[in-house]
Amino acid sequence: MYAHPSRRSLLRASTMAGAAAVLSGCVTAGGDDPAPQATGAVTDDNPLGVPDGADLEVVIFNGGYGEEYTRHAVTLYEERHPDATVTHEGLQKVGEVLQPRFVSGEPPDVVDNSGAGRLDIAALAAAGQLTDLADLLDAPSLDDPAVPVRDLLLPGVVEDGTLDGTVRYLNYSYVVWGLWYSRSLFDRHGWSVPATWDDMLALCEDIKGAGIAPWTWQGKYPEYMMDPLQSLAAKAGGIELVHAIDNLEPDAWRHEAVLAAADAIHRLAAGGHFLEGSEGLSHTEAQNAWCSGRAAFIPCGSWIEGEQQDVTPEGFDMAMAAVPALTAADALPNGAVQGASSESFLVPAQARNPRGGLEYLRCLFSGEVARGFAESAKAMPVVRGATDGLDLAPGLASVAAALETAGDDVFGYKYRTWYPELAVEVDTATGELLAGRADPEQWADRIQAAADAVAADDSIAKHER
Amino acid sequence: MRHGKYRFLIGALAPPLLLYGVFVVSPYAQAFYLALTDWDGLSAEARLVGLANFTDLWGDPLFLAALRNNAFLLLAVPTATIALALFFAACLTLGGRRRRGVRGSGLYRIVYFFPQLLSVAILGVLFQFVYTPGNGLLNGLLDAVGLDALQRSWLADPATALPAVTAVMVWSAVGFYVVLFTAAMESVPADIVEAAVLDGAGNLTVFRRITLPLVWDSVQVAYVYLGILALDGFALVQIMTVGPGGPDNATEVIGLTLYRAAFTYGEFGYASAMGVTLFFITLTLTALALRATKRERVELA
Repeated sequence: MYAHPSRRSLLRASTMAGAAAVLSGCVTAGGDDPAPQATGAVTDDNPLGVPDGADLEVVIFNGGYGEEYTRHAVTLYEERHPDATVTHEGLQKVGEVLQPRFVSGEPPDVVDNSGAGRLDIAALAAAGQLTDLADLLDAPSLDDPAVPVRDLLLPGVVEDGTLDGTVRYLNYSYVVWGLWYSRSLFDRHGWSVPATWDDMLALCEDIKGAGIAPWTWQGKYPEYMMDPLQSLAAKAGGIELVHAIDNLEPDAWRHEAVLAAADAIHRLAAGGHFLEGSEGLSHTEAQNAWCSGRAAFIPCGSWIEGEQQDVTPEGFDMAMAAVPALTAADALPNGAVQGASSESFLVPAQARNPRGGLEYLRCLFSGEVARGFAESAKAMPVVRGATDGLDLAPGLASVAAALETAGDDVFGYKYRTWYPELAVEVDTATGELLAGRADPEQWADRIQAAADAVAADDSIAKHER
Repeated sequence: MRHGKYRFLIGALAPPLLLYGVFVVSPYAQAFYLALTDWDGLSAEARLVGLANFTDLWGDPLFLAALRNNAFLLLAVPTATIALALFFAACLTLGGRRRRGVRGSGLYRIVYFFPQLLSVAILGVLFQFVYTPGNGLLNGLLDAVGLDALQRSWLADPATALPAVTAVMVWSAVGFYVVLFTAAMESVPADIVEAAVLDGAGNLTVFRRITLPLVWDSVQVAYVYLGILALDGFALVQIMTVGPGGPDNATEVIGLTLYRAAFTYGEFGYASAMGVTLFFITLTLTALALRATKRERVELA
């Protein structure tokens, strides 16, 4: 009988959240009396003015990426500040441990606020708990004093960490979305990655002829297929369209580029290019079907290589390709990809040693630590060129190459995080589109109606980009 | 001595009552209060918005879909479960040549209880494999018996998704009620049954005229419990279905809508309003069910 526990635990959770609300009430009240924060002399060697001998406390989320790279940055910090004692702690539930410390005004100096138990970063910022990171971004980087830290970061990273015009956190890991395929499979059949959607549809016929399903997708979670769809739309309609959608502008979803993208994706379903039953597969089932060679393409973010590493056959040689161009006259260049950053590092405003916190991040966002991250965590760091010359796993290498090709043409949508109620409707509509129960027009109308409803709802906080 | 007794009673009752008050009553009370606010779950302040949350509910297509689906579950799950459980329990106790149950009934009794031992999460994952499109257990079975025309993506088709979830709920609940009803049936005195049989009653008549009236209390209890189970369904839907809650909201249940409103949208006030609504629905239906199934109590000598 699970009726009782679930409802009861929900209520219990709301009680605890209630207690948290009372506590966070103290947060704003306690801000009147900040702890003394020392600063040191600013020199070329110490551009952020870290006080001599000040200790540093680093608390990080110890999740999928491990803690090797954050320890690596500790080593660099200690080399530069031999008098300082650095404590480094890796946690699974960052929020539970740190909430009382934020409340009592004794937070650590650097926090990696990530994982399922993270604190609501917008709420922290609203409560005045986060240091402005502008000084760090303007500071010379560890690698080259002539280049400020800001210029080392991949496009979108600073924007991702900006709340209401101020940079409050910096993400460390970079995720890129695209179409994944097996290089060895493609070589064996003499297929090449299509550059346009027409090529894609033609290739799908070839692949079908070889007795393989051209595509599969993680049908239970339609957002996986939304990524190629919205990538096609962004490429055809340009970054203005992306912003129009995120800003909930009227008829943004009925833009001709969006309709054309939906039609392109719909053609895959209408042409029978999906592995049969894909719409009912979980992400694991679909990805395993792809890994076992039953389908040629699967849409996914760059985490798929790590996720599949135990089941990927020898010599599979997975690679990511950018979503093809939708038309011959796309607004964005052919190599443009959808990318976003995650793994949020921040410096608490009430930290004892905030200058040290910034200095630690300067070490963390250096080429040396980023290279180590690529090797140990098998993921893309947000630092430009960090993976150059490294012997990367095949999937990650293809991601790095795709980013290299894309250059500054990396785009990302915000509506999913800004307006989750819209995202749910987008996913439902996309599921219907792919199951063939809705056509692109109906799909767009349904989502536009949901977007209009969100725009008209005063109780939902609005954002703009 | 009397005073001492009361002191003892109060001393013994206070701790559990206190725990109950703090961990059960106060969260409920708080939910009622929150339902009248626009609390976002994080800020210290919550504005009172009166009954706006409740009026919004009736214009929320997701909530209405959830209500519809829960209503379906409420009809299907208790009826199917009780019917099956009564049938199996009757086979175990009344079946066989000497009315001691079919052969191997002791073993069946244990086997029926197995699903009860699995946690809902495991059930959800297992049945996901059963319903896997293409080569799943169910489609494979259909293929093997030559019914491959019936194969489909069970959880991805709006027509079959909710029945598929219903089947899992029934499957997992039926064993417990078989055991419950078997125990109730075994307490029916053998001489009454024997007398009826001597009077020429067949198996069906014995069941209808003797057994069922004498186990009616258990059926009533089962109905209420299963009703509560059917009003929930959150865990199975969350684990098994497309979306979850899909396709096209075909498996949306109130628990899921509530959870999403609270933890994805940060609308704790609105979610509390759903919880309060669900609370009253459950209460009303329980009262109705108990009243509707009320029968004259049969006293055994």
